[in-house]
Amino acid sequence: MTMTPTTAPERTTSRVTYDVVTRTIARTLGNPGRGYYLLLGTAVGLFAFGVICLLYLLRYGLGMAGYSMPTYWAIYITCFVFWVGIAHSGTLISAILFLFRSGWRTAVYRVAEIMTVFAVMTAGLFPLIHIGRQWFFYWLVPYPNERGLWPNFKSPLVWDEFAIGTYFTVSTCFLIMGLIPDIAAVRDVATGWRRKLYTLTAIGWRGTNEQWRHYRPAYLYLAALATPLVLSVHSVVSWDFAMAQVPAWHETLFAPYFVAGAIYSGCAMVITLLVPLRKLFRLEQLVTVHHFENLAKLCLLTGMIVCYAYSIENFVAWYGGPTPERQAFWYRAFGRFWWGGWTMNICNAFLPWLLWFKRVRTNITALFVIAFFVNLGMWMERFVIIAVHLAGEPFAPFVRAGYNATWADWGIMAGSFGWFFMWFLLFVKNFPSVSVAEVKEELPPPRRAAGKHA
Amino acid sequence: MSFPNPLARVFRPPPTPGVLAVFGHLDAAVDAVIALKRGGHQGFTVYSPLPRHELEHALDQPVSPVRMFTLIGGIAGCSIGAWVSLYMSYDWPVQVGGKTIGSIPPYVVIMFEMTVLFGALTTLLGIGFNVLLAATHRGTIAYDPRFSNDKFGIFVPVAAAQSGPVETLLKGCGADEVRRA
Repeated sequence: MTMTPTTAPERTTSRVTYDVVTRTIARTLGNPGRGYYLLLGTAVGLFAFGVICLLYLLRYGLGMAGYSMPTYWAIYITCFVFWVGIAHSGTLISAILFLFRSGWRTAVYRVAEIMTVFAVMTAGLFPLIHIGRQWFFYWLVPYPNERGLWPNFKSPLVWDEFAIGTYFTVSTCFLIMGLIPDIAAVRDVATGWRRKLYTLTAIGWRGTNEQWRHYRPAYLYLAALATPLVLSVHSVVSWDFAMAQVPAWHETLFAPYFVAGAIYSGCAMVITLLVPLRKLFRLEQLVTVHHFENLAKLCLLTGMIVCYAYSIENFVAWYGGPTPERQAFWYRAFGRFWWGGWTMNICNAFLPWLLWFKRVRTNITALFVIAFFVNLGMWMERFVIIAVHLAGEPFAPFVRAGYNATWADWGIMAGSFGWFFMWFLLFVKNFPSVSVAEVKEELPPPRRAAGKHA
Repeated sequence: MSFPNPLARVFRPPPTPGVLAVFGHLDAAVDAVIALKRGGHQGFTVYSPLPRHELEHALDQPVSPVRMFTLIGGIAGCSIGAWVSLYMSYDWPVQVGGKTIGSIPPYVVIMFEMTVLFGALTTLLGIGFNVLLAATHRGTIAYDPRFSNDKFGIFVPVAAAQSGPVETLLKGCGADEVRRA
């Protein structure tokens, strides 16, 4: 993309000026280079493979999904919980840290928000894949019908539907709200078809006092509404399990445990996305090591909560004494799926301890590696909680049928990663991936006399 | 034969004549706002690439009515959530384990989610409605693309014949450029 010339940068106390911010972010909408197209091609390829697996599943039925009594919730529900979890740090960074006035969030919150919207979009696919007959998806919606049937509002699955629907809508509103002033900023330096696109999507934003007067409180109210929503959504997801009387599921600890785990995995995913994005789009001046260090601190905090949750649930199973609960946790550690249990313990509970060291927190390569393993561990945590605990349900010996995921399961899971990364990469290439207006808020404004307050 | 289009007035209001000033410094723009208010000018528009509290203090605008949209939306959402879950439970009553048909505690989740959903949507509606209303009253006014980048701007609606004193005032406050629009 080309840009029309603007005036020379103002003299401010910082090296980064308003003009530098606009130009740096507008540059990300230009030609991103071969690396970007390679990543995009890989994502599209994975997505295509997932679609082929899904078509097989549709043609041959859920038998392709490797289900066996009593494991009827497996990879798809694991992926659903994983992607909902990934979505959580976006709203945490954009809403909760906004209310706490954390200035560092401005450089990274847009990536987190984009991640949130596409992660919820990805998560939303899995209940539909899981139900088998996708064309009856609308049965989930309470609509008047000839048989006078309504959903059971006492079921956590219905709560989940409302929670996820609301979360997707509100996080999309939040993303769009934040984008409008930034689209206007890139509209004013863009040319050609992009100028037309941004003129349309900026919906007449010009930064007038009247617009800011309504925008500022509206953003605050959205943040205030989104904050309890973040905490509620993964609590509701956890109740899908905690309300059921399955050993290792029926725990009051589940809501905070899931919320902390979700934010933990989400922050790790933000790091995973930001590291290559910063390199590809040359955003080193705006997204600095300081931002990565703060993300690492968030990971450390939530990782410690997850570590505590793992310890306490094992302790309670032992100390509380019910045999099925003890058997479930024994099965997790030493049963057929021991590798899953230990992967989650090592990646989620032990690995974040490295983040106590500043040298690790400020080393971007180390953070990228840790974030990858945290994501792996968090996926495995959901697999262990869902599939492994169902497979090891110690009600009667005959139900110990185990569970074998099929290539269709793995293919659809891989396809979900392709779907997510495809949308993410397309979005960051076409819309500002760093907030223009909010990064400027963190800079000293141009003044006639340095240090003089207007 | 052309018919009157009521939407044209909303989305493409007629142009308003006036003076447009471009400021490179925030404090100069703030001084100009204070001077314009002292001079009895009303209805002028301030452009800014970012929200700045200095400008907000100088303008001293009334509190945005968007909060009422949020409040009403939230209350409506909560009520709809309660109505949907209670009405549907009693319309198709299924006794399970002796539990109450219309049981409030599990429905709090639905009420909460609907409060947030409606509150967020009406907030967006509120900002759209109020901004559009203000733009309709103001008419189509001059703009400079630099206002979304690194410049501040002030547009004062004034007839061409009376624009001289306004131009002098804006230049005196430190405007980089002043032009009739």
